[in-house]
Amino acid sequence: MADTITVSVSRYRPEQESEPTFQDYDVPFRDDWAVLDAINHIKDNIDGSLSHRWSCRMGVCGSCGMMVNGEPTLTCAAFLSQYAPGPIRIEPLRYFPVIRDLVVDITSFMTKLKKVKPWIIRKEEKALSEGEYRQSPDELDAYKKYSMCINCLLCYSACPVIGLEPNFIGPASIALAQRYNLDSRDEGALERLSILSQDDGMWQCTFVGECSEVCPKDVDPAGAIQRYKLTGAANWFETILPWSSK
Amino acid sequence: MDVFSHDVLIVGGGGAGLRAAIAVAETDPKLSLAVVSKVYPMRSHTVSAEGGAAAVIKDDDSLDDHAYDTISGADWLCDQDAVELFVNEAPGEMLQLEHWGCPWSRLSDGSVAVRPFGGMKKQRTWFAADKTGFHMLHALFQTTLKYDPIQRYDEYFVTKLLVDDGRCRGVVAIELATGRIVTILAKSVMLCTGGCGKVFPFTTNANIKNGDGMSLAYRAGAPLKDMEFVQYHPTGLPFTGILITEASRAEGGWLLNKDGYRYLQDYDLGKPEPHPVLRSMELGPRDRLSQAFVQEQEKGRTFEGPYGNYVHLDIRHLGKAKIDKSIPFVRELCRKYVNIDPVHEMIPVRPVVHYIMGGVHTDLDGATPLAGLYSAGEAACVSINGANRLGSNSLTELLVFGARAGNAAAKFALEVEGNGISAISAQVGDEQRRLEKDFLEKQGGTERIATVREEMQKIMEECVGIYRNGKDLERGAEELAKLRERADNIALDDHSHTFNTELTAALELGYMMDSAEAIIHSAKARHESRGSHQRTDFPERDDDKFLQHSLAYRTESDAPRIEYTPVSITRWPPGKRVYGK
Repeated sequence: MADTITVSVSRYRPEQESEPTFQDYDVPFRDDWAVLDAINHIKDNIDGSLSHRWSCRMGVCGSCGMMVNGEPTLTCAAFLSQYAPGPIRIEPLRYFPVIRDLVVDITSFMTKLKKVKPWIIRKEEKALSEGEYRQSPDELDAYKKYSMCINCLLCYSACPVIGLEPNFIGPASIALAQRYNLDSRDEGALERLSILSQDDGMWQCTFVGECSEVCPKDVDPAGAIQRYKLTGAANWFETILPWSSK
Repeated sequence: MDVFSHDVLIVGGGGAGLRAAIAVAETDPKLSLAVVSKVYPMRSHTVSAEGGAAAVIKDDDSLDDHAYDTISGADWLCDQDAVELFVNEAPGEMLQLEHWGCPWSRLSDGSVAVRPFGGMKKQRTWFAADKTGFHMLHALFQTTLKYDPIQRYDEYFVTKLLVDDGRCRGVVAIELATGRIVTILAKSVMLCTGGCGKVFPFTTNANIKNGDGMSLAYRAGAPLKDMEFVQYHPTGLPFTGILITEASRAEGGWLLNKDGYRYLQDYDLGKPEPHPVLRSMELGPRDRLSQAFVQEQEKGRTFEGPYGNYVHLDIRHLGKAKIDKSIPFVRELCRKYVNIDPVHEMIPVRPVVHYIMGGVHTDLDGATPLAGLYSAGEAACVSINGANRLGSNSLTELLVFGARAGNAAAKFALEVEGNGISAISAQVGDEQRRLEKDFLEKQGGTERIATVREEMQKIMEECVGIYRNGKDLERGAEELAKLRERADNIALDDHSHTFNTELTAALELGYMMDSAEAIIHSAKARHESRGSHQRTDFPERDDDKFLQHSLAYRTESDAPRIEYTPVSITRWPPGKRVYGK
């Protein structure tokens, strides 16, 4: 087995370059190294000017998503051995503006996230003195999967619709809306439906399903969107049918 | 330079900071309030917490039981008034988080489920499978989005506290995306920046855990309390230091030495039973379990591996169904990072630096001795954790003391006059020049950041590990002082303003050096063994001399001044820590 592997990293320093370029680095090839370890090795030992985000190194903070060989990847949870003998091509997450090197601008996502009202909405709050809302294990299971999103944004980089329509509210945000809609404590589904039914909402999705393919936490945003569309359609029929109560 | 102004400014957007922000917003929605964080809040290290959060909720439990477990777990070094208040307010805070949508695991009747945890004699640890911190952080962050008064400075790195006339008046920060240096004025400032685990080489802590807030306070003249108390979690994965949650033992996992023997029975922790017994064996406190590992290693009864010695955590007998339901993240992490399936194989584990009991000295309301400066969470030391924190108390602490400090900081901001920039403009100018001269425009230098950082971590591991002695501590203090001189001679490759992470790494190294200095000197001065601070040259606890909190004050020399302040004892006189009985 070779003892080094070549990592080809997209560099973009807006103060000195107008376009991204690739720079190759040879790093030790170690079985137990994640791709992120190789990038950290470059930063620490070869080139301190390389910028990237990372934090937990255990696949839960969502900071270190990048394109690895063209695929949206959580770099702390992908290993050099998967890409042997290399080279490995590392680029910033696709469809986001690049700030610098491997760091992308995620402010658009932060706006979209807030837009779906990802919090418990109730007509009346229960007093704390009355204890917890009862929620059976089955009721928890109804939304649990959609609560596992770490906001790593791989799904946005995988989504061809985002590539064409950057305003599309996107997989993670819709999954999160579903997470609250399906929570037995929540009463905000209609409010969210009106938001998600707007032009930049769920109807943009063409159900390619790439979002669920790349999700490192099996959140299945594609499933969430599909399910949401059914709710949306049912709701629309209810509003036009003559025997509807509305 | 751009100047922003708020009533309350919270530094850090993890569990404590976000809980504090909601408390401020609810105190008075007219208060101008902002959270400044070097990462987007949902990236904060609260996200990595796994096992659970303790609060008395079930009928067979009592507040006094929770208090006693916490106090005895702390080896009596915590403040009992703080602990009483903590256990009292814990259930309300946990219910509040339930109302905010945290997906707590449930019993079949829909009530919140609780699990056993180390050092706790009742089941009182609420959990969301084994991603409790992740769910708490996201529920909190998403809830903050509905409060319009909460403004955010995401990815702004705070470099200095502005202090004038004995009061904290704001911060200087760098906007990472642009390199713009800004002043953010505030009537009250709160540090919720977490701990400093990265001063050690082998830690569960994320890359961002550099003791930023501890250092900011220390440099501003506020003392750091009980910094010698560093928690080693007994079960981390070798190499990565990834935490395998205590919940794996709470659910029934066993610790086995290389002979397949449940070695904890040899360390006054009780007798091995097939099922978990509270406050016994694998459910003993973390300090005692980590110490038992070292002794087992010295007896030659651990495995030798490429990343240090290890023992086995065996959860195979729990079965796939229980593992997948209660501790699925353990399975996910083991498969991903050590390439084993714990349903069929034993997990290699060794003690790993996890938490620092010490922090910025605060009172029960999170107020530091510096007027206008507050702190909560791991960054702070109230103290409820004393010489050893019990597992699952820290997530609850974020909520209880985050809320209390938020309330107090809001009240302070409502009572005091605002700040003008004029009084502190000289400080702001000095700080801007420091950042430019020492970092952004720095020329020359020969040391790499990573080299100095690794040497600091090596000193800490060798001299302030699980067992310590005066000779090593003396050597460590000297080497650290020399290393600080080398840190001044760092060479920087990057002089750009756009998202310059070499700049932040250099600033973080400076922060870590401060925490390391406080840890090593506080440990050197404490001539006794208590909880996580074990001195082989002073093996006994010495209540006459050291039933006191240490306070490390920064000085102009290379050593802090160490003072002591009494521990508050209310109803539980110091006694012997008894486990396994």
